[in-house]
Amino acid sequence: MTDVKRIGRDERVRVTCTVNGKRQSGFAEPRTLLSDFLRHELYLYGTHVGCEHGVCGACTVTLNGRLARSCMTFAVQAEGAAIGTVEGLSDAGTLNALQRAFTEFGALQCGFCTAGILISATHFLAKVPNPTEEDVRAMLSGHLCRCTGYEGMVRAILSVAESSS
Amino acid sequence: MTKFGIGQGVPRWEDPRLLRGGGQYSDDLNQPGQAHGFVLRSPHAHAIIRSIDTRAAIAAPGVLSVHTGADIVAAGYGSVPCLVAREKADGTPMFTPPNLPLREGRVRYVGDYVAFVVAESHDMARDAAELIEVDYEPLPSVTATKDTLRDGAQDVWDEAPGNVCFVFEQGDAALVDTAIQSAHHVTTLDLDISRVAVAPMEPRACIGEYDQFAERYTLYTGTQGPHLVRQVIAEPMLRVPQNRLRVVSKDMGGAFGMRSGPYCENLLCLHAAKELGRPVKWVGDRAEHFMADDQARDNISTIELALDEHGKFLALRVKTVANLGAYLTMFGPHSSTNNLGTLAGTYTTSAIFTHVTGVFSNTPSTGPYRGAGRPEAAYVLERTIDTAAAELGIDPAELRRRNYIPESALPYQTGLVFNYDSGQFEKNMDTALTMSDYAGFEVRRDTAKADGKLRGIGISNVIEQAAGGFPEWAEIRFDPSGTVTVVMGTHNHGQGHETVFRQMLADRLGLEFEQIYYQQGDSDHGMAGTGTFGSRSSGVGGASLMMAADKIIDKARQMASHHLEAAEDDIAFTDGVFTVAGTDKSTTLIECAKLLQNFMTAPPDMDVGLNEWASWRPPAPTYPNGCHIAEVEIDPQTGVLKIANYVAVDDVGTVLNPLLLDGQLHGGIAQGAGQIMMENVIWDRESGQLNTGSFMDYVMPRADNLPNFQSAVNEDAPSPTNPMGIKGAGEAGCVGAMPALMNAIVDAMRPAGVRTLDMPATPHRIWQALQGGDAT
Repeated sequence: MTDVKRIGRDERVRVTCTVNGKRQSGFAEPRTLLSDFLRHELYLYGTHVGCEHGVCGACTVTLNGRLARSCMTFAVQAEGAAIGTVEGLSDAGTLNALQRAFTEFGALQCGFCTAGILISATHFLAKVPNPTEEDVRAMLSGHLCRCTGYEGMVRAILSVAESSS
Repeated sequence: MTKFGIGQGVPRWEDPRLLRGGGQYSDDLNQPGQAHGFVLRSPHAHAIIRSIDTRAAIAAPGVLSVHTGADIVAAGYGSVPCLVAREKADGTPMFTPPNLPLREGRVRYVGDYVAFVVAESHDMARDAAELIEVDYEPLPSVTATKDTLRDGAQDVWDEAPGNVCFVFEQGDAALVDTAIQSAHHVTTLDLDISRVAVAPMEPRACIGEYDQFAERYTLYTGTQGPHLVRQVIAEPMLRVPQNRLRVVSKDMGGAFGMRSGPYCENLLCLHAAKELGRPVKWVGDRAEHFMADDQARDNISTIELALDEHGKFLALRVKTVANLGAYLTMFGPHSSTNNLGTLAGTYTTSAIFTHVTGVFSNTPSTGPYRGAGRPEAAYVLERTIDTAAAELGIDPAELRRRNYIPESALPYQTGLVFNYDSGQFEKNMDTALTMSDYAGFEVRRDTAKADGKLRGIGISNVIEQAAGGFPEWAEIRFDPSGTVTVVMGTHNHGQGHETVFRQMLADRLGLEFEQIYYQQGDSDHGMAGTGTFGSRSSGVGGASLMMAADKIIDKARQMASHHLEAAEDDIAFTDGVFTVAGTDKSTTLIECAKLLQNFMTAPPDMDVGLNEWASWRPPAPTYPNGCHIAEVEIDPQTGVLKIANYVAVDDVGTVLNPLLLDGQLHGGIAQGAGQIMMENVIWDRESGQLNTGSFMDYVMPRADNLPNFQSAVNEDAPSPTNPMGIKGAGEAGCVGAMPALMNAIVDAMRPAGVRTLDMPATPHRIWQALQGGDAT
């Protein structure tokens, strides 16, 4: 049994974690969601909140190497964790191969769902380097996009898989 | 020729920013010292508010103010204005309900606006809202369109007995009556078009600010038309001149018509900001979106199509009941009355009459959504044609072919409103028939049947009106270093105009993308603007930009004439360079701009500077059109539906960027498919409670529900009504998809005895219909 730290309802506690390889800290109430913590405490506005009930996938980040809906995770759960967000995908002023493919194949329009999808797709390609279209569509079905009809994303992800295999 | 000219599939300029988390959506914006607002919403579909006790909320930690309907009335604000005026059956003006941002005395839908709490944090405001005690007296409610006109139905407004807001008619009733009475065959059909939530991925948010010294408001919110929103909030609602309000809209996570006008929260934040002397931010969540944001479609129609013995369409009569919700927002009756010309389709039907009754219900307002009446009208027409084809035993493609408006007849005044300027309707269908291997369909149907599946194919020929009416503005400003700022009155939020307008300008002025800085979305920056809706931005905004660019060339040519010491008539302009004919003397546009910006080098007889603006008012709308063919397969054991193939041939006029066009068409088809296959906002018929209040209950298409769509464009019939021949592409996909898919679904089910099916064609409803049951 791990020790459970008791925090009062309105008490703000310091949460320290590693985000995109950089140690960061900020304050959170027990009920503060990780998505709000990333956005409004750490000013990482690239992670978006589309539904706050874990269905749309816009807020997806990596938490200790696994995918997590940051709107369904409390900030205090991220204490000591390693988090990956869209801001960490490429160096300043550059796009990585997946981001380049997204622009090349028209995989985004309004761009709001895109961050979560890039995070999921990156994680997916690391585990499934040679996916079929069906695999890609199944993975993407964890996300909602209202603009594109998904086709550009499917083609972008498949093209990255092909060029790296 | 610049490297990124018109017609090239240039990747979007805005993508790197959006892909790296650099978008600036409404909740990404914050102002120093901002407080946070929360709206307390009605838990009842219809109730009298006997009293509101806010004492405990005001005393709660962090609370700065609590506002109720009485405060808003006392402050003297006006209602959200409705810009579309209609009449009752007796010719008197329709009843426009009061639409102040907080309600007094009565609430009229689940989610209606009761109180606004402002606190130091969003959570504090939300906690305090729970402490507000509202004494409600619940009343019976009416939510479903089919119930609104029933005898004994609850009136939503005492001022609108029987729930009728307006009656609107178009066409020649007598001509249609005569034609129907004497026709060889009349196909009659009842169709129900479901209510949909617009569901852009970004929930709405805004910040209201008030500068007490300048006595001026600023509203930060995602909107499709910052100038339009300023216009409808400033004088009608805030009661201030328009120059006392600035509206700023940055990136926006989808809009689709839903963010055309103002929302109650805009005024609430501006009001509280003035009262508190602090900026006030409001961020809505997804549940609030499903409860209270403008929704769309939602009508029921009875259709009669009269045909002669050869299958020629003689007359069409459509009677529609359109659900407006409890209040009218900015465009209120627009969708149900302003795009009915689509009922004429691509056909020669000479007599058309339509009668629309707009009704109130205990639901949030309906407003524009991708197509705004166009998909509804196309659905009504094309579903009826397929039904007629089945009744007469004529192939649906052949029946359409017998009724086409031939290209030689253009321009063509249709039987209802629309006057087509261009189009190759039969050619579009022929291309689609080939692409979909229509001729080989029966073999595929038999193969599917052998496998225990039901396969169907459906055609829709669609045409819509776009890019008409409202003008648009563009400004081009050079600076002393020779770089350019372009300011548009339209608003890009995913369509790619930030790139397309750069392409147009690069093409016309011979500039590189990097030399152009693009601005939009700020009513203080752009001189004027209407906004982005109705597939109008490229056509109307683009035309204004080209006019401004031509003014730039004219003035720069005058400068070049001075500089090169040659007559203006002898100077040609190509790819950004002015050249004196027959010589090697030349100068660039940028050099001319630099010379003009410097008062020391600008000629004394010319105004200093190279800055031009232009407005363009379309003389007539355009008519994007096309043919979509869908093929589906149904598993009769489970009712599960699969889109086996989808072909779209679209004529959107001149193609500016094929990559972006694909995105618009595919996205539109996906939204149409969503409505046909799964989307439906439902309220409990008894209690009026919202049953579809989350993405768990309101189902939207995902990547595994949709196939690859095959698309082709017909560029051989550019529109003569705007300088570039653009027709508009934003809505075409959605207009085509709804009828094509449902025609395919019903075609698959027809051998099992199903004549028609209402959307959404969920597995449950398909299965029930196949069992001969009522698919409700």
